[in-house]
Amino acid sequence: MTETQQVMTINMGPQHPSTHGVLRLVLDLDGETVVRVTPHIGYLHRGVEKLAEHKTYHQFITLTDRLDYLAPLSNNLGYLLAVEKLLGVEIPKRAQYIRVLLCELTRISSHLLWFATHALDLGAMTAFFYCFREREMINDLFEMVSGARMNLSYFRIGGVAKDLPEGFLEKTRDFVNIFPSKLKDYETLLSKNKIWLLRTKDIGVISAEDAINYGLSGPSIRGSGVKWDVRKAEPYSSYDEFDFIVPVGQSGDVYDRYVVRVEEMRQSNEIVRQAIDSLPNDNHMTDALNLAPPPKEELKSSMESLIHHFKIVTEGICPPAGEVYASIEAPKGELGYYIVSDGTDKPYRVKIRPPSFVNLEALEKLVVGRLFADVVAIIGSLDIVLGEIDR
Amino acid sequence: MSEDSFTIENRLRIRFPKAVLKVKSFKGEQTIYIDKDSIVAVSQFLRDDEGLDFDFLTDLCGVDTTSLDKGNSYEIVYHLYSIKKNHRVRLKVKISTSNPVVESVTGIWKTADWHEREAYDMFGITFEGHPNLVRILTPDGFEGHPLRKDYPLKGRQPNSLRDVYRKEGR
Repeated sequence: MTETQQVMTINMGPQHPSTHGVLRLVLDLDGETVVRVTPHIGYLHRGVEKLAEHKTYHQFITLTDRLDYLAPLSNNLGYLLAVEKLLGVEIPKRAQYIRVLLCELTRISSHLLWFATHALDLGAMTAFFYCFREREMINDLFEMVSGARMNLSYFRIGGVAKDLPEGFLEKTRDFVNIFPSKLKDYETLLSKNKIWLLRTKDIGVISAEDAINYGLSGPSIRGSGVKWDVRKAEPYSSYDEFDFIVPVGQSGDVYDRYVVRVEEMRQSNEIVRQAIDSLPNDNHMTDALNLAPPPKEELKSSMESLIHHFKIVTEGICPPAGEVYASIEAPKGELGYYIVSDGTDKPYRVKIRPPSFVNLEALEKLVVGRLFADVVAIIGSLDIVLGEIDR
Repeated sequence: MSEDSFTIENRLRIRFPKAVLKVKSFKGEQTIYIDKDSIVAVSQFLRDDEGLDFDFLTDLCGVDTTSLDKGNSYEIVYHLYSIKKNHRVRLKVKISTSNPVVESVTGIWKTADWHEREAYDMFGITFEGHPNLVRILTPDGFEGHPLRKDYPLKGRQPNSLRDVYRKEGR
């Protein structure tokens, strides 16, 4: 019997539902086995980093929403932490807690969408409908707070845009109370499902050492057993005052990354609960004069407020010259912002470290030698968003 | 944190007395300027030294500093992190705009691959020893390097992309 090797090249994407956006993969297949994979990215490149150099510090906030559009508030927060570090401003506790509360809701929302599409990619339809039902509740909460459902831009330099609306906390508590039981429902669909186990166990394995070398972060690295979470390692925005566990996997396969994310949703839910219970009563915005615009009603009665408002709007915010790097634990991993300031009201250079970009880089390591059908499972388990990969 | 940064600087100075050009500290973050020719050796040392253990390259990017200090150089910025030791450091290499070449660190951290391709794409910095240094974010046929300060915000592509694709017979 002669053995022939015939490598076939096929194209997957950029308009393929399971590539989660406009990712294009060129796959070399030997039969059904992947020999080589070449990801082509950049279809969604909008030059955000170039635009940042031509926008004021406040204007850029709205662009960060459009990076990881499934977790807009996490992107806001990452950017603002960098700006606030540059300015050296202290944020009031209430604003910090509101930020934590909303960022954890964002994490749940992002993970719900991941759960839904990851399951859908592998043929489990019901999970999709379940997850979108609960995601709708979170979107309603977001709408209450900012008026938008997707690109919220609710955080500001020095705090948040306005205080939480009336009834928000009660509605959030309702969500927090019912969510754990819903999460159990999702797990009954997949966690012990024979087909699910066959499709995810021992697929796309990456060792802890390789995961670090490839720069993975977030649930993707924790699936390999590396207990590293920016919220714990370098607590920002008062995360050290919250009680939560960082779940880790063992074998670093698709299933372990699945387990980690599901557990993370449960932990996030508990963080939200703690944030509601212990929400401080001080301001939602810093009172640093050069940052916070005065209340609107004062503009008609106080000359100082009017001048103050005028100066903030016309001159903008000018941080000192220098450079900072700040990072947060976004739903997808470590999201970092490196800002170089030259002392003017516009950043000199903004570099975004998007977690998905780095996580996707490890794709080749994960899929080579696996079956073609596993590629879909592996992409799903990395939880990528092309908006932040291409920027 | 300050004790940490002191040791990082000291260890580097002892091991590479000539490679450490300047050390800056701003808002609790330490920046070490490294001589362009020793970046690979320094990176290797930072990763393998047990006391420093910088196993994680968080980010690598270029910065066009020509309008910042009126000089003619680009900077390559390496953000390093140690998962075990939980500390960070920033390395910087200055290279001239006329010959923007530096050695690649892909042999030390695999994650540097795409970061270096991006820096090549955006600034035209060549990384010697990189396995596959091609554009990553901009489309085929793109000319120029958009994040350089002399590149206009509106872009300046000579042909529309449609022409580019037609030319290549696609």
